[in-house]
Amino acid sequence: MTRTAILAALSACLALPAHAEGRLNIFNFGLYTPPELLEQFSAETGVEVTLTEFAANEEAIARIQAGGHGLDVVVVSAYYIPVYLEQGLLLESRPDQMANFANVAPGFRSVTGDPDRHYTAPWVWGTTGVMVNTARYSGDINTAAIFLDPPDELRGQVNLVPQMNDTIDMTLRYLGAETCTSDREALREARDLLLVAKPHWASVDYPSFEKFVNEDLNASIFWSGAAGRIREANPGFAYGWPATGYMQWTDNAAILADATNVENARLFLDYIMAPENAALISNYTRYGNAITGSEAFMDPGLLDSPELTIPAELVGAAIDQRLCPPEVQELYSRIWTEVMR
Amino acid sequence: MAETSTPETRVWRDELRRRWALASPAMIVITLFSILPLMVMVVYSFLAPGLYGNVIWEFSLRGWAGVFTERDLFDDTLGIAWAHVTILGRSVALALATTALTLVFGLPTAWFIATRHPSTRAFWLFLITIPFWTNLLVRTIAIQEVIRADGTINRILLSMGVIDAPFAMMFTNGAVLLGMSYVFLPLMVLPVYAAIEKFDFRLAEAAYDLHASRLYCLRRVILPLMKPGIVAGSILVFIPALGAYVTPRLMGGGRAMMWGNLIDLQFGQGRNWPLGAALSVVLTLVVAGALVWYVRATAAKGGRDG
Repeated sequence: MTRTAILAALSACLALPAHAEGRLNIFNFGLYTPPELLEQFSAETGVEVTLTEFAANEEAIARIQAGGHGLDVVVVSAYYIPVYLEQGLLLESRPDQMANFANVAPGFRSVTGDPDRHYTAPWVWGTTGVMVNTARYSGDINTAAIFLDPPDELRGQVNLVPQMNDTIDMTLRYLGAETCTSDREALREARDLLLVAKPHWASVDYPSFEKFVNEDLNASIFWSGAAGRIREANPGFAYGWPATGYMQWTDNAAILADATNVENARLFLDYIMAPENAALISNYTRYGNAITGSEAFMDPGLLDSPELTIPAELVGAAIDQRLCPPEVQELYSRIWTEVMR
Repeated sequence: MAETSTPETRVWRDELRRRWALASPAMIVITLFSILPLMVMVVYSFLAPGLYGNVIWEFSLRGWAGVFTERDLFDDTLGIAWAHVTILGRSVALALATTALTLVFGLPTAWFIATRHPSTRAFWLFLITIPFWTNLLVRTIAIQEVIRADGTINRILLSMGVIDAPFAMMFTNGAVLLGMSYVFLPLMVLPVYAAIEKFDFRLAEAAYDLHASRLYCLRRVILPLMKPGIVAGSILVFIPALGAYVTPRLMGGGRAMMWGNLIDLQFGQGRNWPLGAALSVVLTLVVAGALVWYVRATAAKGGRDG
């Protein structure tokens, strides 16, 4: 009896690697992956998918650098791809040669940090602007003053999302300076303005959506798609594009250099470039995607939802999210520590 | 030569070997899970920061220099890192306040439990341990539910007509203190309870017989005997409160940084691992300092009382 038990245990151990071939570990931003997409992918391929979430690119890369993570696919903001590449963290998986790459819209076949799409497949694109509860404040919301010089009605109810580059970029543009400037006078002004504004913020965090829905917080730097999801739960909230400059970005899926389930990861990258699957992602995240033909599968009203419809006069104010040269990045970092202390 | 092989020394040597062998599992565990990780931290604090996080394997004092000094952002003069002093001061103050508040609430609670009938004590202790079944994060979010704008307290006050607009409690220093005290309260109650349970109530009766007032009895008889429990509870609360990360961030909204959040910043967006490691070593040293102080303080007092 014992011998059969041991044999059974041994064979179970031997069976494990075979089982592991049917796995895929995905590392994505929080509230960014439709459960339906993973269920369908599992049903169609037999691959068992595990999802792990993070809040920021910096947090994700710190975990990957630490090693022993067991992750296969990571979603990276386009501007942050060079950081991954410089450290050799991504596998050259050639999404540009995958079957579904033909669906990628021409404007997205090249992206900052991965011009030939040798490493990444598009996930979604969107903007970072401001979100305001218009039941509390009815003035103009197309301005960075919402967080830099909040109107009386919003003071003490503003959240700042702790995205260093986005915040400092928008602050510099609000002051009339260029992003990634090395002009110390402009940077000093940006720091001073942030320090003056700080007492008016309630929190500096990646807040859960319900904090807005329940009106614990009534304004924030925020992402277009996430703002759409909050508006559906609390119609008072509206999304604004600061006229002096707001962020525009794309997020992309890549395979890690030390991935253990490379073939499944390739399958997944190809899978998300299929129109019906890209539409699933858009329907869930409320962001636009880069896949032509996905429109047919999208929820009615999503494409012309207020958050995705940038007013014509504000289209030019978009700032492409990018990493500054190292010496400026260092100054950003020090300003940030001073403001956050 | 002859001396070392006498039967006594041989027995003694065998005994010594046996003791080492018996102690080795504990020593291996301590080395593996306590000393080695600490060494990694110390080593990393003396390396150079990589451009995008991680470290470059060359000796550098930049991490340690960054703990105490900072170069002015704009005129490049070297000065004391007041930001770090402020944050450390805030963390210590919060940890002390948390310890004091848990003591104020924990002492009567422990007294209450210890003075119940022995058959029901287990039940009350069981109630105290229930929060430990739940994750720290969940407990913190639960207490948020009580104090938020749309939360229990505000709803009750609004319906009673005491206030006519929600009273802002979230994201304040008071909220952080409330959350920390709530989370750490059991750590205070349990050791204090253990001390009170051993208390011989005949001693209090004797004090009364000798015409001691209630306050005098509490001050001179009960408190000195409860002291080991109070000290143990204070240590158990103060140390984790000093490095608390989740609760200040959730309850305080991440606006006022604590030492733990400062360390986190260095490993994340700050991309300065050596500084983060050096800051961690500082935290460890502060905790060690507090422990030494406690041990000395209690030893001295104990000598006088005994």
